[in-house]
Amino acid sequence: MKYVWTSIRMTIVTAVIAGIIYPLVMTGLAQVTFPGKANGSLVKVNGRVVGSKLIGQDFTSAKYFQPRPSAAGKGYDAMDSSFSNLGPTNKALADRVQVSVKQEIAANPGLVFGAVPIDMVTTSASGLDPDITVANAQAQVARVAAARGMSAQAVLALVVQHTTGRELGFLGEPHVNVLELNLALDSAQGVKAP
Amino acid sequence: MGWGILQIVVFVVLLGLIAKPLGAYMAHVFRNERTFLDPVVRPVEKLTYRLCGVDETREMGVVGYAMSLLVFNLAVLLFMYAILRLQGHLPLNPAHIPDMSPTVAFNTSVSFATNTNWQVYVPESQVSLLSQMLALARENFVSAAVGIAAAVAFIRGLTRHSGKQLGNFWVDMTRSFLYVLLPIAIIGTLVLVSQGVVQNLDGPKHVVTIEGVTQSIAQGPFASQEIIKELGTNGGGSYNANSAHPYENPTPLTNLVEMLAILAIPVALTYTFGRFAGSQRQGWALFAAAMVILLMSVTVMYASEQKGNPILTKLGASQASTATQAGGNMEGKEVRFGIASSILFSTVTTDTSCGAVNNGHDSLTPIAGGTAMLNMALGEVVFGGVGVGIMGLLVNAILAVFIAGLMVGRTPEYLGKKIEGREMKLAVLAVLYFCVTALGFAALAAIVPAGKNAALNPGPHGLSEILYGTISQTGNNGSAFAGLTASGRFWSTIGGFCMMWGRFFFIIPCLALASSLAGKKSVPPSPGTFPTTGPIFVVLLVGVILIVGALTYFPALALGPIVEQFLMNAGKLFG
Repeated sequence: MKYVWTSIRMTIVTAVIAGIIYPLVMTGLAQVTFPGKANGSLVKVNGRVVGSKLIGQDFTSAKYFQPRPSAAGKGYDAMDSSFSNLGPTNKALADRVQVSVKQEIAANPGLVFGAVPIDMVTTSASGLDPDITVANAQAQVARVAAARGMSAQAVLALVVQHTTGRELGFLGEPHVNVLELNLALDSAQGVKAP
Repeated sequence: MGWGILQIVVFVVLLGLIAKPLGAYMAHVFRNERTFLDPVVRPVEKLTYRLCGVDETREMGVVGYAMSLLVFNLAVLLFMYAILRLQGHLPLNPAHIPDMSPTVAFNTSVSFATNTNWQVYVPESQVSLLSQMLALARENFVSAAVGIAAAVAFIRGLTRHSGKQLGNFWVDMTRSFLYVLLPIAIIGTLVLVSQGVVQNLDGPKHVVTIEGVTQSIAQGPFASQEIIKELGTNGGGSYNANSAHPYENPTPLTNLVEMLAILAIPVALTYTFGRFAGSQRQGWALFAAAMVILLMSVTVMYASEQKGNPILTKLGASQASTATQAGGNMEGKEVRFGIASSILFSTVTTDTSCGAVNNGHDSLTPIAGGTAMLNMALGEVVFGGVGVGIMGLLVNAILAVFIAGLMVGRTPEYLGKKIEGREMKLAVLAVLYFCVTALGFAALAAIVPAGKNAALNPGPHGLSEILYGTISQTGNNGSAFAGLTASGRFWSTIGGFCMMWGRFFFIIPCLALASSLAGKKSVPPSPGTFPTTGPIFVVLLVGVILIVGALTYFPALALGPIVEQFLMNAGKLFG
């Protein structure tokens, strides 16, 4: 019986410390020290929130760079993050990649069979990957430039400007944030957000 | 690949640097000596004992220790179950999430109480913010503290020379919670927030994108939960995509911090063990053996994933590593992590009982997925989960000296204590429960329709999903080949058994073993004593771990990942 009584009391004490005081104090501290980041790194254009820097969103128009295929809900559903769970020998994976490869080659002038960047035709781990590889961005430059009537050099310059290198010089992989790049394109052409 | 190898090397060096200071600090904490945190933490500790009626000077034998541990686990489990079942009626539920169903709440409570943290729930739509804090995050602290307490008792038993006492469970648990887990978690939370992990009490944010589509983005107090989820090798995510989600793991730097958090305590406990044993070299020998296996695992997985999936190459995709892309098998991986940061995380999370994932394990190339499975099947002894990992390593060390003893025809000794029939029986029991449970249930699931049909992928990959499921739950890992639908009645039930047995059929025999050794007189070393500090012992220990694991699991792995690797290379598809 002594075990039971001590266990119940210890359950309550640890609940108060670890389950209430700790998360609330940390929330208070985070809100004071890093308010923007603690609240989701939201991106505003003309005072209106258009998304989060960290959470991928879908773009369909040819004049925007497009993110990777997504397995989150029906695509970039930030209430239902998920990966595809397709194994390497699953026909469903091969079929999906085959369709994506064809679509990307048709949509992007200059992109050829065998050179389609792998991240362009595979789903990410979160389904909310905000980034694409530099190779993926470069493959879309010709299409975006044509759709916007900009020169390829100007678009490529923006890609280079919005490429994040390895963190601390060696961690992770270089990547391009799709939302930031697209906002930069709009602002370069003086387009106001809707 | 050069950058990837550099990341792995830096990670390993950082682990080596953490081991000594944290391990020495924990030795102070668990010898109940003064630490630099005493001025702040000691009053809270004393208050805790007063409120709970704990006499901190009283030591317990194996029965008292084990009973306290079991009853406390049960109490926290029931508390958690109640919160999940009632969350719809409780505050801090901005997304208006209803009460959790009995099956899912039961599975989740068991899963967190056993340090498994298998996710049958979708957090974004099934867990309120109050449940995240008071049920999930809090259980993360407690199950980790319980694991460390058990390990400390085990180490005491091995290193004491008189009596059968193992320490006081309540004191060990409280001290690992207040002196080790909480301070590191507080610092870690702020580091993660500084990089973009969310920490707020808001409901989902609804934004309208520039193309005019509405996107709802789930929010919550998740940095404070993320850090303890890694530090306590728990692994249950605030989001469905776990540590792949950009709000849980936004940058390569947070990825490094999270991997270090997973291994920090298990690595440091090898040093703490050395302190207790009175010979630091005893601890470093365990460190070296575990590190050798970690590096083997990383090498195999990295090579396999970087090579990619030849089927996708034939379809026109480029998986080559170039200046503009990392290449490799990117299905189920994030661009910011690429291959190296993803597979290192996979190794770390399956070497320990963590089970957090930053990539979709189900989509790993077969050999890489099989290596992740083998890591868990070896008993998660490559540093292992907080607490239980060092116990597993020590049980294997006892097996190793026993085998060495057989070879030369001498009674084996470890730390100067004779290993006799009773100890060997308990050690073998602690090793055998795992394969019997994991392989037994996998075999059952492979022949029962309810078990088989839960697998998403056809062909040998389906068997891999089943195997991964039972191995992960028995090992209290909690990562998954998540194509397996484990929320049905069949899988929920066998999952519950696997998790419970995996946790307590390991801890209880270990405590009994410790108690049995505690009372033994130390024998002074003689020229015939097999030294357990040198390279020969390290090689023997690695050999024992790998050979026992390989012999046990090779037939099953041959039918799953190994055959799938050959078929993938031959371009064969299933569907």
